[in-house]
Amino acid sequence: MDNKVYDVKDLTVYFKVKGRGSKLFVHAVDGVSLSVERGVSVGIVGESGSGKTTLGKTLVGLIKPKSGEVLFEGRNVFKLRGAETAEFRRKVQMIYQDPFDAIDPLFSVYDAVAEGLRALKITGSREEMDQAVYGALQTVRLTPPEEYAKRRITSLSGGQRQRVAVARSLAMEPEVLILDEPVSMLDASVRGEIIKIMADLKTRGKTFLMITHDVATVKFFAESIAVMYLGKIVELGSSEDVVAHPLHPYTQALIAAVPVPDPEVKVKSLAKGEIPSAIFPPSGCRFHPRCPLAQEICKTEEPALRAVAKNRYVACHFA
Amino acid sequence: MSGLDSVLSVEHLGVTFETPRGPLPAVNDVSFTLSGGETLGIVGESGAGKTTLATAILKLLPPNAKIVSGRVVVEGVDMMSADPDTLNKKLRWNKIAYVPQASQNALDPLYKIDDQFVETVQAHSDMSKKEILARASELLLQVGVDPVKLSSYPWQLSGGQKQRVMIALSLILNPSVIIMDEPTTALDTIIQAQILELLRQLREFQRMSSIFISHDISVIANVADRIAVMYAGKIVELGTVKEVFSDPLHPYTQGLLKSVPDMRRSESFGYIAGLPPDLVNLPPGCSFRERCPVAVEICSSITPPLENYGRNHFAACHVVGGRRVRGEA
Ligand SMILES: Nc1ncnc2c1ncn2[C@@H]1O[C@H](COP(=O)(O)OP(=O)(O)OP(=O)(O)O)[C@@H](O)[C@H]1O
Ligand SMILES: [Mg+2]
Repeated sequence: MDNKVYDVKDLTVYFKVKGRGSKLFVHAVDGVSLSVERGVSVGIVGESGSGKTTLGKTLVGLIKPKSGEVLFEGRNVFKLRGAETAEFRRKVQMIYQDPFDAIDPLFSVYDAVAEGLRALKITGSREEMDQAVYGALQTVRLTPPEEYAKRRITSLSGGQRQRVAVARSLAMEPEVLILDEPVSMLDASVRGEIIKIMADLKTRGKTFLMITHDVATVKFFAESIAVMYLGKIVELGSSEDVVAHPLHPYTQALIAAVPVPDPEVKVKSLAKGEIPSAIFPPSGCRFHPRCPLAQEICKTEEPALRAVAKNRYVACHFA
Repeated sequence: MSGLDSVLSVEHLGVTFETPRGPLPAVNDVSFTLSGGETLGIVGESGAGKTTLATAILKLLPPNAKIVSGRVVVEGVDMMSADPDTLNKKLRWNKIAYVPQASQNALDPLYKIDDQFVETVQAHSDMSKKEILARASELLLQVGVDPVKLSSYPWQLSGGQKQRVMIALSLILNPSVIIMDEPTTALDTIIQAQILELLRQLREFQRMSSIFISHDISVIANVADRIAVMYAGKIVELGTVKEVFSDPLHPYTQGLLKSVPDMRRSESFGYIAGLPPDLVNLPPGCSFRERCPVAVEICSSITPPLENYGRNHFAACHVVGGRRVRGEA
């Protein structure tokens, strides 16, 4: 058996635009292929509107694709049955942006962490449940766990809530965690702690997919980076490589936009304007209207994602 | 600390909220000045009192807040003693404008952008509707929004566009000072970079003074001339960005600088463990001492004052003070 946890093949996800008689579709994910090796965490980077969250939700089986395949440990995620489904739902956990946004204000931390376990009827006795919940809280450094378990979610700071969200997934003993913007809503001073907790989990064998618009966070967290723009992967490679030598003009723009703690160095905005609607994606290269390097060919011909070196792919006519 | 050409001066400002748990001192003895054309960045984590400070300067505090000490002077006019009419017709928006936190949501979803311009401006001046719309079109162009958007509803605009509209709206009466509260926090990095570039351009063209609030010290590095670091309601460090970023004095500032990723480096970023103190039950001494890696005994009994360490670089820390006195650092 190979070491792939995920093998995504030519995945396409369209959403029908609401409205009677509408024949329009949002091209949220459009021909994405990606494989994820066990223990090699991947950062999926791009602006909001690039399809990252849809890709994540499709990987956990929440959204059905229009075409293409999602294989998890060799099995098609949309053709699982019975026990396989339960196992998949335990092994892969997705943590959403602001996960407790609409939570019942009476919910305790214990309830929140135990929720998934109860739903999948994973733990039997009260002791087992306690152990799973306290263990998970301990891992995310909400100590003493017995104290934190009693608190209401609504009484916690943003950073603490995010840790509860991680604990809730951990209680399921997953193999893969998919995180949607895990730190961008948090105060800069606590982001590092969440990242550290997750980095420790990586050393314990968990594989992460981190979805974010902030390439700086994934540079220090994930082993590889996939850059997404309007439903397509435009660049792929090891984090180190992609950040040190970005090949696609969009990746270059993402990197130039990251501020650094040095007043002598200013951010640059290399991409003009804003991401267009995914209902009518631009012809040719989807990035061409915003690209500082665009030529005629970019308007008419779509560049394929091609290998430029080992484990290094880019979709640009001029890279 | 007050310069002769200061457009804004804040002196010993204190703001306390009445809460069910007791009085909550959110801003405590804050002083600084802002010179013409200057941008002051205010950085601090959630709950530090940044928004309370901003709204106190404009006297737009919620009803359960009370200014307990100090004063605010805008271009020689005392905000504290001004009557409501002077505040609305002469000071707010005319001399000092405000872009509130989460201002994308500050636009009323039921009204088109042009109506919001007219309503806001007419509350603060007697410009005619025609003048307002002409000026609004001009400003929208300047901030990079197509003036046809004047007839759009807020929900038809992206987050970045709404932020640009809010900036245009704050500029419309040519104020001397603009206070922007976390103007880029909700935006993607690419759009944030566009807004930061826009603000730099605006500063070059108009001698605008501003206060820029953010929890991200790297963002402040992009726009500010000077920086004030706030912790638990107080300014704990104040100086030019050059001084503070190259020689941070307060352990909290040092912690903030280590908490942000620096793409140019290979080592990852850290964090400041623990949480800020409960402001309702503030212990005596330095508010940061429980999280401070260098705290000594005196820190738990005596509150360190903000002291000048040369070149107008101020810090409130016993340990830094002791080291400098002994010539160790
Ligand atoms: N209306 C209010 N009533 C009571 N307490 C308040 C009120 N508004 C703010 N506070 C408290 O005052 C303190 C300072 O809050 P403030 O909103 O000024 O901080 P901030 O630095 O702007 O934080 P953030 O980064 O989250 O915007 C906090 O302890 C907060 O809980
Ligand atoms: Mg605030």
